[in-house]
Amino acid sequence: MELFDLSLIWALIIGFGVIMYVLMDGFDLGLGILYPFAPDEAARDVMMNSVAPVWDGNETWLVLGGAGLLGAFPLVYSVFLPALYIGVFLMLAGLIFRGIAFEFRFKARRSRRWWNRAFCWGSAVAAFAQGAVVGAYIQGFAVEDFVYVGGALDWLTPFTVLTGLGLMVGYALLGATWLILKSEGHVQAWAYRIAPGLLAAVLAVFAVISVWTPFVNEAVRSRWFDHLQLIWILPALALACAAWLWSALRRRQEGQPFVATLGLFVFTYLGLVASKWPVIVPPDYTIWDAASAPESQLFLLLGVLFVIPIVLAYTAWTYWVFRGKVKVGEGYH
Amino acid sequence: MELDPLLLSRLQFAFVVSFHAIFPVFTIGLASYIAVLNGLFYKTENPAWDRLALFWTKVFAVVFGMGVVSGIVMSFQFGTNWSNFSQAAANFLGPMLSYEVVTAFFLEAAFLGVLLFGRGKVPQGVHLLAAIMVAVGTFISSFWILSANSWMQTPAGVELVDGSFRVTDWGAAIFNPSFPWRFAHMVMASFLTGGFVVAGVSAWYLLIGRDPDANRRALSMCLWLLLVLAPAQAVIGDFHGLNTLEHQPAKVAAMEGNWETRGNVPMLIAAWPDQETQGNRFEIGIPNLASLILTHRADGEVPGLADTPRDEQPEVWLVFWAFRVMVGLGVAMIAVVLAGLWLRRGGRLYRHRGYLQVLRGMSVTPFVAVLAGWIVTETGRAPWLVYGMMSHAEGVTPSLTGGMALFTLIGYVAVYAVVFASGVYYLTRVVRQGMLPEDEEDHGEVHRPMRPLSAAHASFEHDAAPTWRK
Repeated sequence: MELFDLSLIWALIIGFGVIMYVLMDGFDLGLGILYPFAPDEAARDVMMNSVAPVWDGNETWLVLGGAGLLGAFPLVYSVFLPALYIGVFLMLAGLIFRGIAFEFRFKARRSRRWWNRAFCWGSAVAAFAQGAVVGAYIQGFAVEDFVYVGGALDWLTPFTVLTGLGLMVGYALLGATWLILKSEGHVQAWAYRIAPGLLAAVLAVFAVISVWTPFVNEAVRSRWFDHLQLIWILPALALACAAWLWSALRRRQEGQPFVATLGLFVFTYLGLVASKWPVIVPPDYTIWDAASAPESQLFLLLGVLFVIPIVLAYTAWTYWVFRGKVKVGEGYH
Repeated sequence: MELDPLLLSRLQFAFVVSFHAIFPVFTIGLASYIAVLNGLFYKTENPAWDRLALFWTKVFAVVFGMGVVSGIVMSFQFGTNWSNFSQAAANFLGPMLSYEVVTAFFLEAAFLGVLLFGRGKVPQGVHLLAAIMVAVGTFISSFWILSANSWMQTPAGVELVDGSFRVTDWGAAIFNPSFPWRFAHMVMASFLTGGFVVAGVSAWYLLIGRDPDANRRALSMCLWLLLVLAPAQAVIGDFHGLNTLEHQPAKVAAMEGNWETRGNVPMLIAAWPDQETQGNRFEIGIPNLASLILTHRADGEVPGLADTPRDEQPEVWLVFWAFRVMVGLGVAMIAVVLAGLWLRRGGRLYRHRGYLQVLRGMSVTPFVAVLAGWIVTETGRAPWLVYGMMSHAEGVTPSLTGGMALFTLIGYVAVYAVVFASGVYYLTRVVRQGMLPEDEEDHGEVHRPMRPLSAAHASFEHDAAPTWRK
């Protein structure tokens, strides 16, 4: 049992699940946010068609993460969910609405307008709530003796509103670059037009959060400033990705902008993890404090190690099958 | 008015889990039926079986999709409203619930796509295998959930250390005392649900004269199946009740409306249990029958609620009446299938419009019976969350206020009302569209997203042109 640090293995699995979710559901949530700004209904069809085959597989990672947390780090589960009670509800309501909108919009005619709205608002609310969760995680939670003791809206502060809006803009950028990859003609031209502005907004939020975070959180400040470490390479790489994205957009590249945006997200995420590691329920509890019993972690690990490769293979296969451009007026039906 | 977060959380959990349960209860039974239909087609090459399989797979796709959507909420409910319970029971419940998710994803990833979209693209044997695996997968999923629930009813294989449960024996915890009967009872309930829905829809198609050959086959097959299942469920339910008598006597006392521990207890047909006076304000019953059923002796002793302190008693009226609804519907089901057997003489089964109308109406009864059954077992456990070890009050989220709980309760009711209304409405469209002739089923070369709902092609509105004609 002591041969492996099960909590460490689980932290890697959950961490992997989180970034997989953010990257994969991020671009389809982003398309929902961009939805009302699309030039016409044909462009909206293309946007929907480009993610229709893959979106629910993307949300697989969220459910797996929720259940996995209960199994491996119950403290995270039993502190985050009460602390973020209202936010979690809004996120789930948003995800449900956009989920059914995906299904019924294609089958609807007269009511299509309403499904469009459900898709857009559902995506926007879910993205904002997720961003606010990130902000609340940076802030930390009022926990005494392993129990959350704060109020219902402690998580909602100017800082978390900023992180919420920041993630919305970030997802919109992912959505725009995904659309560049998957579309052509006037839809793609529109995506090229909006991407630089979104990138500028992302960088602005990125800068404000980077300056603000050390003031919000003492531990984060000392991590970054007390002893200058290798971790500064992470924000540097994130900025390099932003520069790459900028130049790829100028050169009218089709695949590179999306890859560069993924890179931007990954390095920002790693920077965030580096700010907190190994604390998982800020400010005090580490992954080892939050862990369930080793026999429980081991029991569950067997099943998860079996199923993750299958889910990954299936995901890759789905993306492969639906590779290539989505044209106006074709695709789904 | 003081809002009680505990009561509101119980209501909320009851609401979201009941709403969610409707879908898997149906899909578990339906998955097996689809596997059987595919098997019959594989063996006999009769296209009627194939048409039936194709149609019911579409229905399955929509219901499965709605189950997945409502299921997302369930995986967060434990943490939002029952965080102390989550923290304490995570060592056992975490792996159980996660294994359910893992099973469901494995099933969806590997086989559901082949079942829904693989027809004609993979060899017929592979398609049949996928159908069988989807059916098996639904059983494995319910295995984990029912094990987790049974463990909360009859905890075993754990010890309480510093306020949290540590698993000492996984086998004993998973296969805890009430699990086998609960699992059997629930699987049977799913078969009954699938059977009565298929029978009801087939009866309706026969009433309007659509595709009589295939629907006669479907109806006949269902009624033979139900003829065995409905009485078998009564027997299994009886054993499940005896198991409850052994482990949770207070629940049985509430089900029987019996206050004093005594012999010669009547089986009450109706009563007005009053918790204030700790007695029944009025009752009609059959003498000695409860004693006879529970102990197999007319003067056998049946436990009474008086043995349980007042504040540890469940809500008696609710348990009592929910139990009567469940049993009453079960008896009605048995009566209907027996009537069907009698009507087979001379083939009146397919022509008797009154009977076909009854079957149509019966298709909702299994859902009501299942929810009533869950109300009996869940309310009857009160005030315990983990029976005898952790109460509802100990398990609820400490930081939760009544206002927060009310906000989300109203929110979930509103969200689900939209989802459910759209889903059921759409399902009726799929059923109205019915079984299409085979040539129209072929969609040619289209990019087919591999998602459950897209296996159904009915349009959302009445007047819209069917999308497959585009």
